[in-house]
Amino acid sequence: MSTKLHLPKESIDHARQLARAIASPVVDFIDKHSSVTVERAALRLAGADGANPDGVPVPNLVVDQLRAADPTMLEDGAVLRYVNALVRTGDSVGALNARVAAGYNVAQQPLVDREKIVKKAAELVTTAADRIKGNRAHRELKQEEFHGRNNSPLLYLIVATGNIYEDVKQARAAASQGADVIAVIRTTAQSLLDYVPFGPTTEGFGGTYATQENFRIMRAALDEVGEKEKRYILLTNYASGLCMPEIAAMGALERLDMMLNDSMYGILFRDINMYRTFVDQKFSRMIDAYAGSIINTGEDNYLTTSDAFEKAYTVLASQFLNERFAYSAGLPARLQGLGHAFEMDPSIKNGFLYELSQAQMAREIFPEHPLKYMPPTKFMSGDVFKGLAMNTLFNFVSKATNQGIHLLGMLTEAVHTPFMMDRFLAVDNARYVMNNMEGFYDDIEFKKDGIIVNRAHDVLTKTISFMEEVEKTGLFDAIEQGLFAEVKRPKDGGKGFEGLIKKGPAYFNPFEDHLKRELGLER
Amino acid sequence: MDDGKVQLSFTLPVPNGAKGREAARKLVLSWGFKECEVVHSTVLADDFSMYVAYAKTEQSIDYDSVVADEASADASMDMEAVDAFIKEHIGRKIVVVGACTGFDAHTVGIDAIMNMKGFNHHYGLERYTGIDAYNLGAQVPNEKLIDYALKVKADAILISQVVTQKDTHIHNMTEFVELLEAKGLRERFICVAGGPRIGNKLAVELGFDVGFGRGTYADDVATFIVKKIVEKQKA
Repeated sequence: MSTKLHLPKESIDHARQLARAIASPVVDFIDKHSSVTVERAALRLAGADGANPDGVPVPNLVVDQLRAADPTMLEDGAVLRYVNALVRTGDSVGALNARVAAGYNVAQQPLVDREKIVKKAAELVTTAADRIKGNRAHRELKQEEFHGRNNSPLLYLIVATGNIYEDVKQARAAASQGADVIAVIRTTAQSLLDYVPFGPTTEGFGGTYATQENFRIMRAALDEVGEKEKRYILLTNYASGLCMPEIAAMGALERLDMMLNDSMYGILFRDINMYRTFVDQKFSRMIDAYAGSIINTGEDNYLTTSDAFEKAYTVLASQFLNERFAYSAGLPARLQGLGHAFEMDPSIKNGFLYELSQAQMAREIFPEHPLKYMPPTKFMSGDVFKGLAMNTLFNFVSKATNQGIHLLGMLTEAVHTPFMMDRFLAVDNARYVMNNMEGFYDDIEFKKDGIIVNRAHDVLTKTISFMEEVEKTGLFDAIEQGLFAEVKRPKDGGKGFEGLIKKGPAYFNPFEDHLKRELGLER
Repeated sequence: MDDGKVQLSFTLPVPNGAKGREAARKLVLSWGFKECEVVHSTVLADDFSMYVAYAKTEQSIDYDSVVADEASADASMDMEAVDAFIKEHIGRKIVVVGACTGFDAHTVGIDAIMNMKGFNHHYGLERYTGIDAYNLGAQVPNEKLIDYALKVKADAILISQVVTQKDTHIHNMTEFVELLEAKGLRERFICVAGGPRIGNKLAVELGFDVGFGRGTYADDVATFIVKKIVEKQKA
């Protein structure tokens, strides 16, 4: 790729080495640990599903049974006891789930020969792997069939009514208006639930519960509208939170195409324990990698909390770290939707040039990554006319720097949940801008030593000195001291810490083993 | 001037076309407008279309009888003035605790008021030398917020509510006041509600001292709190 910013390759390489050095001790920690949701994700891949009459999901019932029986039992992996129960009862997975939901306790069953468990588990791994590989093949087939029909960048629209059936109507309309990606935003606070609700849902606040059934319903609707529009419509949901790997597993099983998944978002912005988050993000990313699902990282959050002009380097630093953690989970660059956002104060002189610089810098440093670009939100107001103008500039920057995934800005961002009309105006504006400047990216160069070039060099330099500080401090301590997003999180504080599990010497997780083999992560 | 002209845009659940445009025009007239011109229509989805229309109204109201429902005083003090006011009239640092309560995860409002940086060149309460500000962030249970306010001996508690779907803000705000009252603590704190859809009238009805809506800055909140503290001292 030709460079327009002339960023020194040595600096970029140095930043990547720093990211590796920062992540390395964290990855060592991760590899020695599991968590309750990692175990539940493995159970879900094995087929554990359903819920008891109180709505407690079967994967939670199993994990809770093991914890209650003996706090160390989970160190052997929850799949061991689940498969043991399958062998003992001779049940199908469905029958065992019903039995567990009715009160059957898998923790109380003596273990059969390990050989039998290993053999049965291998069957379950094959079943899950076949389903996920089938989903991946179907997606690739459809994307091949409809090749060249999607917008570039992909236009990403959010629906959020709280009712999955209403979401379907909104999503169909959005797709037929031209959206390539539909994200069903989750109900407020689902990220803090240590379980994933079961079944279709029609009640939510500010969004709709992520459940496997809701995934299936939306997937079917988008496939249908995709056939009509002759475009593959990508489906997105949100994994970050206390159930990252479970939501990734459900997404893999139901062919979700993108997953919001940030290595540190939960820690900084949801006060989830740091050890827990790091452990959870890895297994979830391994599942995403295997499923061919693009992760979307959450760098935009740094800019909504802090000043987008002053703290631009925190975005680049986070992109380097997210990239490193993604590679260590087996995600190739083409599945890394690193995030950033158009959030500078619109009153800044030359703000547009700085935004252009930041977006172009991300493009050049991460050339193969489908960058996820987020619209203005912080400075959107009730002045919808100004809002539309800001979104137009955002659209311009996105196309001018060849971003991968373009989250459409709503002119009524600060006013209400978008009307159908608001979404249309957003798509219409984006398509107008993007068609009008189709060849701009290839045609334009920046003045050497101009404002845009200098700004990128300056941000890269700041990023490196920030990363050097983090490397010296250590990532866990850096987070504790508030180096990221000006938020301080104690190591043993935050939600979900009690759900961390130390892997025992006999830890059994055939799904993790399979993913490691398939993704080439064996050490 | 004074022509009664109004600009409208809306969506109708009908296909786009001549019949849709005429339906839009008739609908606007049915709202009491005298003239209506539909200047634009477009298809949104199979059975939905969007319209832009201009219409004319002959209605008017008595401006002098209007009472504003906004607590943001047009003459709020700025940070320096508030700090000076605290020094002169209160003589100690005041303590303010804030949070998004209930399940609300949107900290953009409370951050704009409290964070050092503030918003749109209005510094947040953390920057005030006369204020100890504690921003507890998102999804804080009411109970926990009150406990924290007691612990740090807060003068004022700020509650931010951004999500208003299904009136969840009303439930949260009501529960907060009821909890305070049950503990006999309502008079102990100055209670401030804020959010893009929070009016002063609503907040006061629910038992808060004040409610701040869209366009509020830290200056407005700080001015209200310091004046209220002095008012309470005198009482």
